[in-house]
Amino acid sequence: MIGSVPILRIGRTLLLSIQLELSDAVAETLQNDVLLAIEKHGTSSLVIDITGFDFVDTYVARILAETSKMARLMGTETVIVGMRPEVAATLVRMGYTMEGVRFALDLDEGLGLLGHVIAR
Amino acid sequence: MVEVISRVEVPIACEDDVVVVRRRVRVLAGQRQLDSFAVAAVTTATSELVRNVFVHAGGGKAILEEVTDGTRYGLRATFIDEGPGIDDLERVLRGGYSTAHTMGLGLSGSRRLVDRFEIETEPGKGTCVKIEKWAPF
Repeated sequence: MIGSVPILRIGRTLLLSIQLELSDAVAETLQNDVLLAIEKHGTSSLVIDITGFDFVDTYVARILAETSKMARLMGTETVIVGMRPEVAATLVRMGYTMEGVRFALDLDEGLGLLGHVIAR
Repeated sequence: MVEVISRVEVPIACEDDVVVVRRRVRVLAGQRQLDSFAVAAVTTATSELVRNVFVHAGGGKAILEEVTDGTRYGLRATFIDEGPGIDDLERVLRGGYSTAHTMGLGLSGSRRLVDRFEIETEPGKGTCVKIEKWAPF
């Protein structure tokens, strides 16, 4: 648990579900904490759930994209899940497309993308 | 003729004020019948513009106004600083240009998100950015 952002482990996947409004300073701290958690738990994949965001500005978008790139350098694949329609529309209208980042509709799809088999 | 219904002035003095100002904008926009896409757009633009004031000028202020033209409501936000101003405004507004550690999409991106965007800047004197977002007809 980091602040009020829990980092949960599911097998070799870390799940980060951000349900609070990130200030710039908290976003950067969280980025560092996630990288440390990846090292500590030896995870092969990271899922970042952003259903809690009703808007994402370029700063937070950059932090998310960078976190994905940093995790990749450590050998961990990242999927960002749960981007709301308003957020997707706003980012693209601004001209920011978060190149090189993988996305999935929701947590279920995201875990599936990473090879997790969910029992039905 | 645009009429101002309410007006509030909020200082921008520290990084946390990015959160404070955009929260107020989100609440005001939600109250005035802007749809969720418009609320996200004006909140995001505000976040970028307040951050610009703080990062480039070290502070300033935001003026938030609820406005109406008689048939619909809108939100007007003005961001004022007495910082270094912008040398090459044309280039900055094209995007992809940044002097601080931002992505360079702050101004150009914000402009694309709102219904009205005005900027006045003078090197050495400061910058004033005014945006408006209106509820759909």
